Amino acid sequence: MEKQLAVKDLRVRYETADGVVEALNGVSLSLEKGKSLGLVGETGAGKTTLAKSIMRLIHTPPGNILAGEILFEGQNLLALPIEKMREVRGNEISMVFQDPMTALNPVMPVGQQIAEVIAVHEKVSKVEAMEKAGEMLEMVGLEARRAGEYPHQFSGGMKQRVVIAIALACNPKLLIADEPTTALDVTIQAQVLDMMLNLRKQLGTSLLLITHDLGVVAQNCDEVAIIYAGEIVEHGELREIFHDFRHPYTEGLFGSIPSLTQKADRLNPIKGLMPDPSDLPAGCKFHPRCKYAKAVCGNAIPGTYDVGGGHTVQCHRYGSKEYESEG
Amino acid sequence: MRKRKVQQLEAMAAAGGRSLWQEALRRFRRNRMAMISAGFLVLLVVFAAATIIIDAVTGNAIYDAKVISQDLTHRLQPPSKDHILGLDEFGRDIALRIWWGARYSVFMGASSVLAAIVMGSILGAIAGYYGGVVDNVIMRFMDIMLSLPYILLAIAIVAALGPGLINVLIAISISYVPEFARVVRASVLSMRDQEFVEAARAVGASDRKVIFSQIFPNTMAPLIVQATMAVAGAISSIAALSFLGLGIQPPLPEWGAMLSNARTYIRDAWHITVFPGLMILLTILSLNIMGDGLRDALDPKLKN
Amino acid sequence: MPETPILQVRNLKKYFTTPRGPLHAVDDVNFSIAKGETLGVVGESGCGKSTLGRAVLRLHEPTAGEVLFEGRDVLHLDKNEMKRLKEDMQIIFQDPFASLNPRMTVSQAIAFPLLIQRKVDKRDKTALAARVNELMDMVGLARRLANTYPHELDGGRRQRIGIARALSLNPKFIVCDEPVSALDMSIQAQILNLMQDLQRDLGLTYMFITHDLSVVKHLSNSIAVMYLGQMVEHCPSDTLFERPLHPYTQALLSAIPVPDPDYAMDRIILKGELTSPINPEPGCRFARRCPHATPACAQADIPLAEQEPGHFVACIRAKELAAGKAPA
Repeated sequence: MEKQLAVKDLRVRYETADGVVEALNGVSLSLEKGKSLGLVGETGAGKTTLAKSIMRLIHTPPGNILAGEILFEGQNLLALPIEKMREVRGNEISMVFQDPMTALNPVMPVGQQIAEVIAVHEKVSKVEAMEKAGEMLEMVGLEARRAGEYPHQFSGGMKQRVVIAIALACNPKLLIADEPTTALDVTIQAQVLDMMLNLRKQLGTSLLLITHDLGVVAQNCDEVAIIYAGEIVEHGELREIFHDFRHPYTEGLFGSIPSLTQKADRLNPIKGLMPDPSDLPAGCKFHPRCKYAKAVCGNAIPGTYDVGGGHTVQCHRYGSKEYESEG
Repeated sequence: MRKRKVQQLEAMAAAGGRSLWQEALRRFRRNRMAMISAGFLVLLVVFAAATIIIDAVTGNAIYDAKVISQDLTHRLQPPSKDHILGLDEFGRDIALRIWWGARYSVFMGASSVLAAIVMGSILGAIAGYYGGVVDNVIMRFMDIMLSLPYILLAIAIVAALGPGLINVLIAISISYVPEFARVVRASVLSMRDQEFVEAARAVGASDRKVIFSQIFPNTMAPLIVQATMAVAGAISSIAALSFLGLGIQPPLPEWGAMLSNARTYIRDAWHITVFPGLMILLTILSLNIMGDGLRDALDPKLKN
Repeated sequence: MPETPILQVRNLKKYFTTPRGPLHAVDDVNFSIAKGETLGVVGESGCGKSTLGRAVLRLHEPTAGEVLFEGRDVLHLDKNEMKRLKEDMQIIFQDPFASLNPRMTVSQAIAFPLLIQRKVDKRDKTALAARVNELMDMVGLARRLANTYPHELDGGRRQRIGIARALSLNPKFIVCDEPVSALDMSIQAQILNLMQDLQRDLGLTYMFITHDLSVVKHLSNSIAVMYLGQMVEHCPSDTLFERPLHPYTQALLSAIPVPDPDYAMDRIILKGELTSPINPEPGCRFARRCPHATPACAQADIPLAEQEPGHFVACIRAKELAAGKAPA
C-alpha cells in the first residue's frame, strides 16, 4: 500500500521566557492512502503540535521545528517554500479544529465561507463556487438553502458540519481532525462521526483523527498511535492495540476508563501526573509512573520494538537486554 | 529560629507559592522601557516629596527667596552654569520652579485619581453586584457624564466653583469617576457568575464577604492599569486648566501655568517654554508606558 | 427502603426570565436519594442538570416546588438557618480552574469555609493549620503545596482542592457538578477513585451530575436521565443499561462510542437537535426527534410513571415499546 503521510523523527520545541518546552521528541508515524489513524493522548502530549506541524502552522517563535521530515506522498512538506505550502493547505491536506464556535467567521454567510475556499484553490467562477458550496452543505447533511445564513444561526453540531464542509470543499487527500467532536454532545457527536465516516467512504479521504476518547477511535479508525510526552509509545492496527496492548501507558489508559459493558468496583488509574514538558525525565519519559520500571528505564531512552504485524512499542520490556538481565 | 525560617522559605520556593502579583512583578521587571519609566516616576515622587520636607525644615526660605520672588534685572536669561535651565520672564530659576512645581502634578494627579477610584469603585461595585434598576440608574448617570469631554466637564466644574487648588482637584476627580465605575462594574459582572464566587456563596458567605474577599482582589489588576493611565490624563488636565488660567494661579510654579505665562516669550526665550513642556511630556509618557507595561504584566491572557 | 431518604425533591421548577419568555431550565422534577447512595443525573448540555443541582442547594432560588433535606423544608429556611444548612450540603464544581479564586493559596481556599462558618477561631492558627493539613491528607494533596496558588497546579490537583473545600465542613450530601469532565482520562480515574473512597469512609451521599454515561454507570446506584428540563427516566443503574425504556435514553446509550472495536454498534442516529427550552410547547419535548412519536405525544405533558417496580419513565408508549421491542 502507498504511504499517504510519513512523519520521520520529528522534533519540535517551544522556546519561551519561562523555559524550553519539548513538545515533540522524535515522532515517527505513517498513514496509508484511504486509511484512518487515531492519535490518542492526553493534554500536553503533543497531539495538536503534531497536527500543526504537518500543516506548517507552528508559529516561530516560540515554536521551532528542530529536525525531522514530514513526507506527504513522498514530498517533504518541511522543505516546501511557503507559497507551495499554501497550495497544499486546504487543497490536499485540510484541518478541522476542536471548537466549531471559533473556527467560522461570524460576519460572513457560511455558503460564502465555503465558496471562498473553493475559489482560492480551483479556477471557477463565483456562481460555480457558490453552487459547489451548496452541494457541500448538502453533503454534510445541511440544506443548501441555508448557505446565506450566518454562523450564529446554526447550533454547535451544525457549525461543526459547516467546518467539515469547508475542510472537504476541495476534496483533499488527507483530513486532519483535531478533537472534532469533543465540544459536542454525545448524540450530536454520533451524527457528526457517522457523517464523516460516510463521506470518507465516498471520497476516499485519509484521516488523521486526534482525540483523547478511545471509544471514538474504536469506532472510526483502522490504526492507532498512542502519544505520551511527545513520543509515539505504541502504534499498530486497531484490534492489535485494543486487544493486545503492550505499553504500560496504554495499559493505564485502558484501566482508567469506566466500562459500560463490565462491572468493576474500582478503576486502575496510572499513578502520578503527566510530566512537565519543560522538565522531562531522563530515559523513558513514562518511567516515574510505570509499575514495571527498572533501573535501565531511568537511564536509557528505549528503542522502538516490533512485537509482530507492524505493532511497535517504545518500551524496554520488549527487547532490551539490560531490562531482562536486571532482577 | 532564623534557620527554620530559611528552611521554610526554601521549601516554599521548591513547592512554588508565587502569587499572581509576584508573577506579574516578574514579568514587569523584564520590560525594560516600563522599568525605565517607573524609575523616572519614582525619582519624580522623591523629588516632589523632598520639596515639601525642605519647605517644612527651612520655613519656606528657599521657596520664598528663589521660587516665588522676582528679579526683573535678570529676566529671560538663557541656561548657564549657575542656572542650568535658565531664568524665566520674572528672573526666577526655571530648574527650581520645575522642581518645586512637581508636587502639583504628582500629588494632585495622584490624589484626584485616588478620590475618583474610591467613588467610582463603590458606584461600580454596587451597580455590578446588584444589577437591575440600581445598575441602570447609576450607569445611565455615568453615561451622561462620559458623554462630556473630561476637560469640558472639568472647566464647567471649575467655572462653577471658581479657580483654585482644591476646586481643580474636585473637578478632575469627578470627571474621572465614570471611567472607574465602568471598569469596576465590568469586572464585578464578569466575576459575579464565576464558579469560585458561587463556591463562596455555597459555603454560606454573605454578600459583603463575597465582594470583599472574592471579587474585589480580582478587580484590582484592571483598576491599577486604568489608574496609571488616568493619572497621566489628570496631570495633563491640571496643566491644561492652569494653562487656561482656570487652575492653579501664578505665582505658584505649576508646570501648565508656567507654560501659559511663558508662551508670549516663545520667540525670544525658547527655554522658558521648552523645559516645563518637556517635563509634562516626560511625566505623561512615562505613566503611559508604565501603564502599558502593567497591563501586559497583569493580563493573564498573555500567560502560558 | 424503610429509612426516609436524605433528600427528597418534589415538583421542583426553576424558570429563568429571558427577553423571549420564561426559560424552563428545570420543569417539575421529582426524585429522592437514600443516605449513602449516589444518584447520577445525566443529560446533554442545556438539559438543566446543573441548574437542578444548584436549585437543590438554593444557589439558584427555585421558582416552585419542595426540597426536603432530612425531612426539613429547605426552601422555607431563613438566612441564618440556610447558612447552617450549608455545612451539611456542599457542591463540587466542574471547572477546577474557575472554581478556585486565583488570588488565594491552597490552604486559604480550604480554610475559607471553616472561617466563614466559624468552625475554627480565626486567631487559632495552629488549629486551622491542623484541620487544613488533615483535609489535604484526606484528598491526597501533598502538604508542601499548602502555599501554592491554583495557577501553579494541574487540573487534577486543583480538583482535589475543590473536593477538600467541599469536605471541610463535614457535609452529609454533596452535589458533584461534572467534577471530572475537564480532566484527562488517567487523572479522571484517580479522582473518581478518591470520590468513591471518601463516600465509603465518610458515609457521603452524592448527586452526581455528568454527561458521561460510563462515569455515571461506574458510580451510581440509580440514574436519572434529563431532557430539556424534564426527567424522562429514573431507575436503578443496572436497569437503565439493561433495559432503557425511554426512546431518548435508548438513543443516548446507543450513541456512546464503546472502546471496543468488535462491539456491534447499533446506533440510533437522532434527527435534528435540541429544541429551545424557552416557552416550550405542551407535550413530550422529545417528540420532534423521537423515532416512535405519534400525534398523541404532543397533546399534553407526560408525567414520570412507574412502568416496572422502581423504573420510572415519562413516555406514553413505554409499555408498548417495551413489549414490542425486546431489549438489545
